[in-house]
Amino acid sequence: MAEIWRGTWVVAYREILRFVSERSRILSSFAMPLLFLVIFGAGFTNVIGTLAPGVNFIQFMYPGIIAMTVLTSSLFAGISVVWDREFGFLKEILVAPIGRTGIVLGKAIGATFVALLQALIMLVLAPILGVSLSPGLVAGLIPLVVVISLGLSGLGILIASFMTSQQGFQILIQILIFPLIFLAGVFFPVNAVPLWMEVISKINPLTYGVDAIRQLFLGSNVGLGVAVFGHTMTIVEEVIVVGGLSAILLGGAIIAFNRQE
Amino acid sequence: MSMIEVRSLSRHFGQLQAVKGVSFEVAEGELFGFLGPNGAGKTTTINMLCTLLRPTSGTASVNGFDVMHQRSEVRRSIGLVFQQPTVDEYLSAEQNLRFHAYAYNVPSGIREARIRELLTMVELWDRRKGSVRTFSGGMKRRLEIARGLLHHPRALFLDEPTLGLDPQTRRHIWDYLLELREHENLTIFLTTQYLDEAENCGRIAIIDRGTIIALDSPDGLKSAVGGDLIVFSTADDEKAAAEVRARYGVEPSLQNGTVRFHVTSGDTFLPEFVRTFPEHLLSVSLQRPTLDDVFLTLTGHEIRDSELDAREMLLHGAGRWRMGR
Repeated sequence: MAEIWRGTWVVAYREILRFVSERSRILSSFAMPLLFLVIFGAGFTNVIGTLAPGVNFIQFMYPGIIAMTVLTSSLFAGISVVWDREFGFLKEILVAPIGRTGIVLGKAIGATFVALLQALIMLVLAPILGVSLSPGLVAGLIPLVVVISLGLSGLGILIASFMTSQQGFQILIQILIFPLIFLAGVFFPVNAVPLWMEVISKINPLTYGVDAIRQLFLGSNVGLGVAVFGHTMTIVEEVIVVGGLSAILLGGAIIAFNRQE
Repeated sequence: MSMIEVRSLSRHFGQLQAVKGVSFEVAEGELFGFLGPNGAGKTTTINMLCTLLRPTSGTASVNGFDVMHQRSEVRRSIGLVFQQPTVDEYLSAEQNLRFHAYAYNVPSGIREARIRELLTMVELWDRRKGSVRTFSGGMKRRLEIARGLLHHPRALFLDEPTLGLDPQTRRHIWDYLLELREHENLTIFLTTQYLDEAENCGRIAIIDRGTIIALDSPDGLKSAVGGDLIVFSTADDEKAAAEVRARYGVEPSLQNGTVRFHVTSGDTFLPEFVRTFPEHLLSVSLQRPTLDDVFLTLTGHEIRDSELDAREMLLHGAGRWRMGR
């Protein structure tokens, strides 16, 4: 047990150290979300008008973009596993007396820390977009992002444990990331789309992560929440869905990693 | 007590039998070499001993711990230097060592002093803050040796520690290794395909195609080839050859105007020979057999030929394995 803890923190420590020393990665991880926010925001806000009383399109999209930042950052965390394998450092980690479970948890926690940092930096945009922030909102956002990010970095590591090249990993994640984002209610409310899309979106667990963050920002009474079989999901229910999935994905990553030679 | 004990250890990759039932023991404080061509099974063996690869059959223990069932204990007992670099290029030399210290639970009280001691030993203390990606191949290898020693291992495993390095750096790395054996009671297990390097070892196992074909001290292996070669010339070689036959009961050979014959220990034989040989000697020399000769005698082929075979075997093996799936 002590070995798992030590493994967790030592691997997480290195992930964070690496992130801090790679400034280009910090900047590039904001490129996509900002692009969506600026282009889609400028393009659609006037066309769409208000989605609910006091909520225009860009204000609707903004919490979704924060979720998207977390998703991208967490999923790509798996690349550090592939990177380590390609450059040999994985051997140094695997042969250390720290246990595979600790390695997976450390990678996931390191990625979560990075994702959380990015989500918090995104908050700088709130005043510009006319979204009001409160200490309670930030305090609620942190655990939400942690739960979402742990699960998605688990998925990233799970995929990475089967991949040997960075290019392969990147292509696979890109293929995965767009449907996940587009069908998670980041850009439009999932209740007002064609049925097939609504069904897929409501199966996509990320939808509940996006909606939980949105409820935090816009309040739960704006009438844009995700309804499942006529029941509008509350934040707590959504956290349970996402948390359950996170546990499964992390568990899967731990099993996959332990099986490898 | 034996630091490393290996009993009928085997490892198969599909159809390919990389290691076929090897057995050997390495005593505490010994410098033990695994010599063989590429693809002979050296790295597979070292990976099994280091718990990176599960054996197909057989047992092995390091520092008294079983490599299958006491992996953590084995890992704490050993230091490792891999064939390919395994340092994190985006961290500094110091950060790499600190990561290692945390991972191996080196007490914080001695950590910084130990890092300084080892970086000084491998002459990288001045570069401790430098990013490893700016290091040369030799510097990276030296950093890895320092890292492998950081947690005071009982045994140090080095997989081809000097592969791809220039002669000067090779010499340097050997100086560290010989110094370590001298000053700390460290067991060193290394693999190499360089015959001249293997001569530094206390004992050598020669491995070819997954099997140990000889295991002895370098001198022991050489005397198995037939001992040292005495080469001399006189005014009348025919007569001298007859004299050798009569005096020492061996069959000399005549080659390029010299007379050659084997003796078991040339260094004690030679002074005696020079003093008592009746013919007038024009030249005399003693040639010690090299491990090249040993390898050739034991396997019937040179170490380079074997490499080609191994590559072919790997290709075939891999092909069959893929089809088998």
